[in-house]
Amino acid sequence: MADELLSVEDLHVEFERGDSKVYAVNGASFSVGPGETLGIVGESGSGKSVSVLSVMGLLRGSGQVTGGTAMFMGKDLLKLRRRQLEDIRGRDIGMIFQDPMSSLNPTMRIGDQIMEGMLSHQYTSRKGAFNRTLQLLDEVGIPEGKARFRSYPHEFSGGMRQRVMIAMAVACEPQLLIADEPTTALDVTVQTQILVLLRQLQLKGRMGIILITHDFGVATNVCDRIIVMYAGKVMESAPLVDFLARPAHPYTVGLKGSVIEVGTKAHQLRAIPGMATALTEPPRACPFAERCQLAADRCLEELPPLRPLGLGHYVACHRAEEVLAAAGTTVGAQVGGPVGGQVGGQVGGQVAQGVTARA
Amino acid sequence: MPDEPILKVDGVSKHFKVGGRTLRAVERVSFDLGAGETLGIVGESGSGKSTLGRLVLRLLEADEGRVVFQGEDLAKLASNELRSRRRDMQIIFQDPLASLNPRMTVGAAIEDAMVVQKIGRSASERRHRTEGLLERVGLQPSAVDAYPFELSGGQQQRVGIARALSLGPKLVVCDEPLSALDVSVQVQIIQLLQELQRELGITYLFISHNLGVVQLISDTVVVLYLGEVVEQAGADELFERPQHPYTQALMRSVLKVPEELEKRAPLVALAGEMPSPLSPPSGCPYHPRCPLAMDRCKEEKPLLRTVSEGHMAACHKAGEAVTMGSAPAVLVTPSELAAS
Amino acid sequence: MAVVSATVGPGVRVPRRHAQWWLAWRRYKRNKLAVAGAACVAVYLVLGLIGPWVAPQNYAQANFLYANHPPSLRFPFGTDGLGHDMLSQVLWSMRNAIEITFGASLLSFAIGVTLGLWGGLRGGVADMVIMRLVDFMFAIPQFFLSLFLVVAMGRTVWPILLAIGIPGWAQYARLVRGLVLGMRNGEMVEAARAFGASRAHIARRYLLPNVSNSMLVQIAFGIPVDLTVMAGLSVVGLGLRPPLPSFGNMIAQAGANVLGYPWLMYFPAAIFAVILLSFLFVADGLQEALNPRAEDGGRRARRFGFGARGRLF
Ligand SMILES: Nc1ncnc2c1ncn2[C@@H]1O[C@H](COP(=O)(O)OP(=O)(O)OP(=O)(O)O)[C@@H](O)[C@H]1O
Ligand SMILES: Nc1ncnc2c1ncn2[C@@H]1O[C@H](COP(=O)(O)OP(=O)(O)OP(=O)(O)O)[C@@H](O)[C@H]1O
Ligand code: SF4
Ligand SMILES: [Mg+2]
Ligand SMILES: [Mg+2]
Repeated sequence: MADELLSVEDLHVEFERGDSKVYAVNGASFSVGPGETLGIVGESGSGKSVSVLSVMGLLRGSGQVTGGTAMFMGKDLLKLRRRQLEDIRGRDIGMIFQDPMSSLNPTMRIGDQIMEGMLSHQYTSRKGAFNRTLQLLDEVGIPEGKARFRSYPHEFSGGMRQRVMIAMAVACEPQLLIADEPTTALDVTVQTQILVLLRQLQLKGRMGIILITHDFGVATNVCDRIIVMYAGKVMESAPLVDFLARPAHPYTVGLKGSVIEVGTKAHQLRAIPGMATALTEPPRACPFAERCQLAADRCLEELPPLRPLGLGHYVACHRAEEVLAAAGTTVGAQVGGPVGGQVGGQVGGQVAQGVTARA
Repeated sequence: MPDEPILKVDGVSKHFKVGGRTLRAVERVSFDLGAGETLGIVGESGSGKSTLGRLVLRLLEADEGRVVFQGEDLAKLASNELRSRRRDMQIIFQDPLASLNPRMTVGAAIEDAMVVQKIGRSASERRHRTEGLLERVGLQPSAVDAYPFELSGGQQQRVGIARALSLGPKLVVCDEPLSALDVSVQVQIIQLLQELQRELGITYLFISHNLGVVQLISDTVVVLYLGEVVEQAGADELFERPQHPYTQALMRSVLKVPEELEKRAPLVALAGEMPSPLSPPSGCPYHPRCPLAMDRCKEEKPLLRTVSEGHMAACHKAGEAVTMGSAPAVLVTPSELAAS
Repeated sequence: MAVVSATVGPGVRVPRRHAQWWLAWRRYKRNKLAVAGAACVAVYLVLGLIGPWVAPQNYAQANFLYANHPPSLRFPFGTDGLGHDMLSQVLWSMRNAIEITFGASLLSFAIGVTLGLWGGLRGGVADMVIMRLVDFMFAIPQFFLSLFLVVAMGRTVWPILLAIGIPGWAQYARLVRGLVLGMRNGEMVEAARAFGASRAHIARRYLLPNVSNSMLVQIAFGIPVDLTVMAGLSVVGLGLRPPLPSFGNMIAQAGANVLGYPWLMYFPAAIFAVILLSFLFVADGLQEALNPRAEDGGRRARRFGFGARGRLF
């Protein structure tokens, strides 16, 4: 689409680890438009954070973008010089990092850290930045901003640090906000308050949001579109309506079946069995095949492309139609794998041995 | 089931100095916990949950109150005695990356704990145990050679879990142990923790914002608000019959996965000013935001009292058949977004 | 085997004791100026160490016959008014500069790290006293303190080394203390305490490894500062006492005859400038390579030149 704010195409990211490689992102594509919220969910370690960090030029360690484009306001972010990126970062694109403490400077006062971004991008004057900092602290739910302005990060609770990051990210009213698990340390009432705040910013400035989260409650309540990642690839990309009613990838179905909500009982726990493929080489077949209850011969041989299934609904599975057909019956039980009790029994037994065996 | 509680927390408080003023982080919290039990702790962000966890392990000194673990008053232990007791009481930190040494590989980090506690006869034995532990939290044993920054958030979190379990503790404070894990791995870790509990009788203090998980894993749950316990009850009892208006507000705010788009409820933020632990309100700490507040609530502090068998709440109105009234402050409906 | 094993750090294998250095080197390599700087510094160190042996003449040897000789094959850098071979003078100056600046930096480093670590870990009165001292040191330009000490102690190699090294500690102390304070209350140290690590164990295994990178960078920034102080002392006539050669002495003397005998200025001044710049580039490169997160600080330092870091005057 032409009016996208950020549009990432076929992104590849590799890391070097001694003499082997880690193929963290293998051809991910996604885009977000103004005023839109894109949710990214998926396996832990599937390249969600790495995808957005690489777009921002913030890869850690030996990370290298080996392919793809990331168009933002007519420019390919992956080709910009560092200085140009630094200008965009924090001003046009705000970023909330997954690990708040490690992204805050432990020796700098909270207030100064929030002000710093605004000052270095010449967003307002010193006075203006100070007032805006107080206002932001209040908006993210940290009362008595004047007293808290001079606190150091270690004096804040986990959730308060996270909210400081949120304040920093939205301080310059960016056009795009990339939020990597922004509410994991927040209780549900503050979480709602933050989500409402983001929504208001979005309505006011048509800010686009990319929201990475493991919380399906959050994802399904604020996102317009959700993509599901696995092994560095997009497995499914669906408008919310389809994500809710017609998930078409076995992994998506399995994940949805693992969600724990209030009232879930122990015997209802379902984990997706098995183990993810190591990413030491780029996937050649369906990366989920080993754990998939529907896997056929073809799945082990041929890489399923991300193909359209319905209007705006894409899926990378050879047997997506069958998944859809099975919906409404007992998809969870069929695709989600064996029930939890069994899994836990095996695992726990082993650990128990390991832990008892003290010296 | 247990005769003697393994952990007795008796009226502990912690106040911090912030810019010359006093911040009330934890205020007179008490509970008992038997071996093999799980106490869930929920509450607003900044309500003192992590601080309470630190007080229980004496990583912070309490201003008042006592913590008795396995029959010993922790505050009375000399520092070297305390250090050796630490083998029995572990913590999984809320911010996994911050709790790991960036200059140590995953293996070194876990083995350092064992070295300090003199567990394992040789380096290779410790390495072997480490690899086993990593595998059990769902990481490849080869992760021993990775540096923390080379792992994803959820992988780091599992390193923290493995380190806490490596000492074979009797009590584990789990501070948001699942927040960075995908839902499938969450299930696996919960099952692991429960299994360990069944086999070894480990006791957990389980701090989490994920109310579904708390209900599932806890025997008892306490709700903290501005450092105070405002409600305490058996897990299912609490979730089925919440008595304190704050607990009710929490439960109302849980975002459910709707079955279809049309069933998506609007986002409703809690009404009223955010409370400040620097100047806690008079009377009931929740009264400025409480839809049921009456004059008495502004003046008289409600004490934690038994509402029904094993169910305590600190609210003047608790026990009356309270309706879950609410006064939405900001309402953003999905259609509003669609219109934008 | 274990069913609980979802995704994993794929291919996290390979014994990698040196992975961090390897990564740092990769980042360092990207900065071409820093690589060039490192090459110059290496040449400087080698020349400085072997200089006295390869120098055509002893620094004190005067050839009155060849006084003020312009550069030629025999005297590539020319000679000065006493007929000193300038090439030999430059080589001997390098030797002196290396001895004095590295010695002085190590001294500042040792005092600073000890006091900083102590104050940062202990807190309380000790810390307060140390910090007041640091403030005091920062209030007075390092140069004047050195000047004062030279007057008190004399003008040979050791006194000058001490005069430059002693006042330099405050930089290190403040940096170490800041880093330690930042970590002392953090989760990393708390986690180590939680499994029963002693204070000494925490200092050794957790704090020191995490300050070492910043220390290396600070040393790299400190050496050019010390070089400048050393030259400055000569310029005001209180540097190494001639005939001991130093860049400052050569430049100061050449300044007097820059019109008549320009080579006396050109060669020493150019070489001195190259050395100074090389260290700054190296320091900058190290900063980026070793402390990638402190990148902002590095950028700011670059913008302000090294005044931001090495408070000279
Ligand atoms: N600096 C690095 N060096 C080597 N490998 C890395 C590095 N950073 C990330 N990886 C690997 O890349 C993969 C993707 O990591 P990423 O952080 O994107 O996961 P994620 O999807 O954000 O997971 P989580 O939900 O757990 O945060 C992981 O397997 C991780 O081990
Ligand atoms: N070292 C400290 N110095 C000053 N204040 C502190 C310190 N540690 C915690 N606090 C304050 O104590 C209060 C409780 O913090 P705590 O970390 O216990 O909250 P929490 O319930 O764990 O919140 P979250 O869910 O956000 O992690 C907060 O207001 C915090 O700012
Ligand atoms: S392509 Fe095959 S293996 Fe992969 S998810 Fe679809 S059915 Fe399962
Ligand atoms: Mg991540
Ligand atoms: Mg906390």
